[in-house]
Amino acid sequence: MKIYIPLDSIAVALGADDVAAEFAAVAPAMQIVRTGSRGMSWLEPLVEVERNGVRYGFGPIAVRDVVSLMAKNFMESDEHDLALGSMDSITWLKRQQRLIFARCGITDPLSLVDYKAHNGLAGLRKALAVAPDNIVDEVTTSGLRGRGGAGFPAGIKWKTVADQTAPQKYIVCNADEGDSGTFADRMILEGDPFLLIEGMIIAGLATGATQGFVYLRSEYPIAANIFSEALKIAYANNLLGDTILGSDKSFTIELFIGAGAYICGEESSLLNSLEGKRGEVRAKPPIPAIAGLFDQPTLVHNTISLCSVPVILAKGAPYYRDFGMGKSMGTMPFQIAGNVKHGGLVECAFGVTLRTLVEDFGGGTRSCRPLRAVQVGGPLGAYLPASMLDLPMDYETLAARGAGVGHGGVVVFDDTVNLAEQARYAFEFCAHESCGKCTPCRIGAVRGAETMEKIIAGEDVADNIDLVRDLCYTMEDGSLCAMGGMTPIPVRSALEHFAKDFGV
Amino acid sequence: MNSEAFQSIILPWVGKVGGVMTAMRAVQTAHKHIPPDAITCAAKLFNLSIAEVRGIVSFYDDFTNAAQGDIRVRVCQAEACQAVGSRELSRHAEQAMGLSFGETSADGQFSLEKVFCLGLCAAAPAMLINDVPHSRFDADRFDALLDKAIAK
Repeated sequence: MKIYIPLDSIAVALGADDVAAEFAAVAPAMQIVRTGSRGMSWLEPLVEVERNGVRYGFGPIAVRDVVSLMAKNFMESDEHDLALGSMDSITWLKRQQRLIFARCGITDPLSLVDYKAHNGLAGLRKALAVAPDNIVDEVTTSGLRGRGGAGFPAGIKWKTVADQTAPQKYIVCNADEGDSGTFADRMILEGDPFLLIEGMIIAGLATGATQGFVYLRSEYPIAANIFSEALKIAYANNLLGDTILGSDKSFTIELFIGAGAYICGEESSLLNSLEGKRGEVRAKPPIPAIAGLFDQPTLVHNTISLCSVPVILAKGAPYYRDFGMGKSMGTMPFQIAGNVKHGGLVECAFGVTLRTLVEDFGGGTRSCRPLRAVQVGGPLGAYLPASMLDLPMDYETLAARGAGVGHGGVVVFDDTVNLAEQARYAFEFCAHESCGKCTPCRIGAVRGAETMEKIIAGEDVADNIDLVRDLCYTMEDGSLCAMGGMTPIPVRSALEHFAKDFGV
Repeated sequence: MNSEAFQSIILPWVGKVGGVMTAMRAVQTAHKHIPPDAITCAAKLFNLSIAEVRGIVSFYDDFTNAAQGDIRVRVCQAEACQAVGSRELSRHAEQAMGLSFGETSADGQFSLEKVFCLGLCAAAPAMLINDVPHSRFDADRFDALLDKAIAK
């Protein structure tokens, strides 16, 4: 008798550990496998059983449901009211194209046997069999772009690092996932950590880097535990170390935990932090690909960028490139969050519309009130009105509307939201998180919050709005990095689409 | 406690990548704050100035001058949680605990902290009680979870 219960943070936050403990108490003979999450948060804790090789789900399961599940013989029958049927039949999952999250929620994240049995390491084996240039070519041809927010073509970055001659090169994974409404990095670290390890090794083989670091935020304690366990297993099984899968190639990975600074998601600030310094932004050039960690050539990539690599190698660049639209190729794990009924992770090809994500997958607002705004791409992303939901998720289309894909987070707000307050919050957040190095960001954010305060109080509204607009230009043009440079995006979009809230 | 007393915590991280940060995390975990003597000790062992170490400590929210409580309640303040009423819930948390954000109770039992995103945004609102995540809670459940944490 074997059941599957997620160990993912969301499942745990909704009681999965208590449910697992109850099963262990009620049915001591039962084998409980802890998995990642399928990404359907409203069904968590989701308990699965396997019958004749097919997984069946039950959820959401509370501790009090355990006895009735046993009474209704849930191992063999779908009689229980919380039965969801076979997992393959769930439309929410069927409509996705899961390339990165293919295993997440299915396998034991700390079983290398499971990982291999579900196509794991196929990309790495391919990479070990070809020349480094071929790996870089494959990534370039795939059209993969950085998934952290900037959307920079990965192939160009890889080639730049590969072309450098240096005593030491590094691969640094940016898992400092601070954007509200995003949790894809966390889910993959908790649900399929070997995927990131595989992606980083491939990046190392391609660029000549032999050391890797994962910079993980401290707000993710469960992810930190799972990933450090995964690293131990990887070293013990020659996946990491001096003889990767029996070859003469070597690669190491260390996990580094941040200390609660959002700005450390900015790559140069992250590198300073990783060097043990204040997480202040560095002026560019030089770019990290030329002089990054300890001034050595460094490939800094978001978790999801690196996790996209194994499937590109395993199935080939053309396979990957055929997903998506325009210059946005492949798939993206979109994250639906906030005031939404069916929040969770939806991995789809680019081109999916906001409406599909928010209405078809998300099921509309959780409060059942009208949807008024969505914020796309984190705290530095635009607030868009309901009338713009037909926009496709595509880097270029959104950029043309003053918005961005960011890290793929979509936060839903109902009609009780006040966008002037959200604009004030955007400045406050920037003030709280600014590293302080450049004046437009450090001072601008404070002045912006003060001025928004006046607007909300109805003081000289028109003049103060002009002042905010002017400040936005200064921050956009004068800031060293995206923190100050993109804070104007939520502010301006709120002003543009929701002027009423500002009293005009 | 004098500077030497922190040696055993800090010394293992000397020479490691980002060692100062990891050492300070170890101090914070052991002492619930960063005592001035720990800064002096780290400066000596890492061959940095006291000002440099203080600069590092003051930069990061996780490192605090004042001791955190035995029970740390961290309530998310970010957008996805705002969309489902975290502003009201945060006010409730302050009232229920008799603390403002950033404060620790006089007996050292509790501290209430702001946090910006816990990655639980699909089941917002979210908080951590010590390192245990909780999400999709209302005021009543907040009180119940707090009671449960106290009972432990």
